[in-house]
Amino acid sequence: MSGLEIRQLRVSFDGFTAVDGVDLEVRPGDLRFLIGPNGAGKTTLVDAVTGLVKARGSVRFGGTELLGRSVHRIARSGIGRTFQTATVFEELTVLQNLDIAAGAGRGAWTMLRRRRGVPEPVAQALETVGLTELADSPAGTLAHGQKQWLEIGMLLVQEVELLLLDEPVAGMSHDERQATGELLQRISEERTVVVIEHDMDFMRSFARSVSVLHAGRVLSEGTVTEVQADPKVQEVYLGHTAAEDAADVAVQEA
Amino acid sequence: MNVLKGRSARAWAGFAGGAFALFAVAPFALSDFRLGLLAKYLCMAMVAVGICLAWGRGGLLTLGQGVFFGLGGYAMAMHLKITDAGPGNLPDFMQLYGTADELPWWWRPFENPVFAIAATVLLPMTVAALLGLFIFRRRVKGAYFAILSQALASAFAIWLVGQQATTGGTNGLTDIQGFFGYDLDDPVNQRMVYFVIAASLLALIALARQLIHSRYGELLVAVRDSEERVRFLGYDPANVKLVAYVVAAGMAGLAGALFVPAVGIISPALIGIVPSIEFVIGAAVGGRASLVGAVLGALAVAWAKTALSEEFPAGWTYFQGLLFIVALAFLPGGLASLTKLFRRRRAVAQKSPVIPVGEAA
Amino acid sequence: MTVILGQTFTGISIGAVLLLIALGLSLTFGQMNVINMAHGEFIMAGAYTTYVLQKSISSAGISLLVALPVAFLVSGALGALLEWLLIRRLYLRPLDTLLVTWGVSLMLQQLARDIFGAPNVQTRAPDLLTGNITLIGGDDPLSVANSRLFILGLAIAAVVALSLTLRLTPLGRRIRAVVQNRDLAEVSGISTSRVDRTAFFIGSGLAGVAGVALTLVGPIGPTMGTNVIIDAFLVIVVGGIGQLKGSVIVAFVLGALQSVLEYSTTVSVAKVLVLVAIVAFLQWRPQGLYTLRTRSLV
Repeated sequence: MSGLEIRQLRVSFDGFTAVDGVDLEVRPGDLRFLIGPNGAGKTTLVDAVTGLVKARGSVRFGGTELLGRSVHRIARSGIGRTFQTATVFEELTVLQNLDIAAGAGRGAWTMLRRRRGVPEPVAQALETVGLTELADSPAGTLAHGQKQWLEIGMLLVQEVELLLLDEPVAGMSHDERQATGELLQRISEERTVVVIEHDMDFMRSFARSVSVLHAGRVLSEGTVTEVQADPKVQEVYLGHTAAEDAADVAVQEA
Repeated sequence: MNVLKGRSARAWAGFAGGAFALFAVAPFALSDFRLGLLAKYLCMAMVAVGICLAWGRGGLLTLGQGVFFGLGGYAMAMHLKITDAGPGNLPDFMQLYGTADELPWWWRPFENPVFAIAATVLLPMTVAALLGLFIFRRRVKGAYFAILSQALASAFAIWLVGQQATTGGTNGLTDIQGFFGYDLDDPVNQRMVYFVIAASLLALIALARQLIHSRYGELLVAVRDSEERVRFLGYDPANVKLVAYVVAAGMAGLAGALFVPAVGIISPALIGIVPSIEFVIGAAVGGRASLVGAVLGALAVAWAKTALSEEFPAGWTYFQGLLFIVALAFLPGGLASLTKLFRRRRAVAQKSPVIPVGEAA
Repeated sequence: MTVILGQTFTGISIGAVLLLIALGLSLTFGQMNVINMAHGEFIMAGAYTTYVLQKSISSAGISLLVALPVAFLVSGALGALLEWLLIRRLYLRPLDTLLVTWGVSLMLQQLARDIFGAPNVQTRAPDLLTGNITLIGGDDPLSVANSRLFILGLAIAAVVALSLTLRLTPLGRRIRAVVQNRDLAEVSGISTSRVDRTAFFIGSGLAGVAGVALTLVGPIGPTMGTNVIIDAFLVIVVGGIGQLKGSVIVAFVLGALQSVLEYSTTVSVAKVLVLVAIVAFLQWRPQGLYTLRTRSLV
């Protein structure tokens, strides 16, 4: 297992600096939550790590520098992500979605032949995310929460070592959140997981460690309790002193 | 799995039916003249097979298939013109313009039949690979790609017209007499050309079907629907698109090469902007994502063009314009989507699983 | 020296024609992302408008001046009609729009053939525009056709008018709002469908003005639009989406390139080389000369 090491990361769009010198270290096997108000730079940070936007500084994963590599090479070095709005291939079936995610390393000969049966890792992922029954349905017909699970399943078969999840439980019911949280805990036993989330209840229940971003910088870092007790964090969440109030506001924002 | 088997059985039945119609019915039911026309339409359908792959499956609206059709056609016609002229002689149009004493250097390799035949397919594929590499790597896509491909067709046609002494200019390469030793004036040999074309079309359909239903075909649809997402799974979408574009170019090249003995001419008017976009309309009317739809659509449009433009040239243009509008604005899946709709209704009525949109052959 | 100056001016005047043709597209394609292949036929409509007006107004000068606003209205109305009938149903499908409007373009060409006949027709240029102005006298003279100067002036005037409209008027602000964030504009109380139609009216109207200008440099015929439309689209592709200044620069650069290459090779080879140059340029700037950078995933 590898960890993520970000040093002095900077991203700017036409003069506006979205990420302003972030230092962040995620140990192997961590389940790290990134929180912070809107515009804090959370998604941009993930965009920079996965090569979607240009950035300066350094991002190392398992010792290799990621900045400057193309998106698909970063993906091949074991880093996968999801998006705020679940992005799956709507016209393809659940099975086809997973099979494509599993296949980046396939040779030309395998690609040019038909898929026979269900590959073992795909079957396992179907089981893990609970979509076995729906394997032959088009992904476009899935419910919102199911699409998000399918995305996580795609990361599993992709055999990534680092999962970057952008608001994975947005729009899910309480039970679905619980199930997703437990799934993430299980996943993080073998892989490193970073979650962007606005839902403070969810964060309190499942985070192993938390980083708070504000205005493109890391404001505070530590366990859930440590971060909640940090006066700087309370200040950022609209100046309220009680962490509980801060959480409620953040939930409404999400 | 039953759905899969049913689909494959239906495909085999359709394929066998098509082969029967092309080889056993058409040659006896049609006059020599009509069979010659059918051969021409089948060439259009071969281009449509490639368009179905590149546009229907890959989302690459290629408005420049005429270039590849033309490269294949000119490669074949150059060889046939050289052999028509006989050893030591220049092709007739070169003698007419009288500017060259000997064959231009880039004509020479086409004296060799093996080189010429290989070039009809490999030349378009090479051009497509080079161009695609430059365009797709830099993520030029969608409308930008469509406009560039159209500009390519325009530039190629203008260039050909400008090189009158070596390409025949506006007239093109005309009056082709023989086809590898067979006299094309003889109806028997024309019939043979028809059979070669029909067999080639069936082979291309089989090839395209294999590609569409392979893992690559699934990936191609994924790239069409969300290129960026595919990149995050560790694929380079540029390569995925490149394969479809190059294969489509090769198919258009073969179609152009076989068009030459069937019709006896290749000229800039057959490969510029207008014919390039006409290749697309057939696939659009029949159903761009469906092989059967694209092929039948191309045949129908080519037939309608001959039938209508002979009697009402103006009426044909209005009709063609209407086809574009109706097919794309109101029936984007083409006629094939109507049968799918019908099939789905029936499937729902029988409580069997819904047929996925991306799966029809 | 005179050769270089002469080529430069030829380039500028080719560029001015290109710019006039592409200007309307920079609004409909560049701002609204609609690929309207019938834009070329709106140019044709402008040219035929000039032809018809000249038949009823005997003075070539007056008829040309009258033709400018009338052609703007005629082509603009055609554009608004097209938007209302077809394009508004297709905003989410740009590639289908391309093919649908190609169908429209075919029908408009045939309509022109049925009304005016297939052969090209010609208008008389006003006396004032038929002569030449000598810029450099002496043994090695350089003179410039008045009609070319008129087109250059018209192109500059049209660019200024369009950019002032976009920047200063309430309509311009609404257009830019819709371009930048359609949903937000909608909830802010802007009728996006009316803005779309108005923008399309102006963009197509500018095609009509370009058509009037083209009557001064060439014949009027049913296929005149098809011949120029590809070049115009290339100007926008290279110039970049959503930026007027990109189109202006690129029109003149492509004009100069075309003129220099035509001088050193032939017209047909120049066409091919210009396209190669464009593909090479896109290697460096795939989004065109000027782009609006955003973080959206498309």
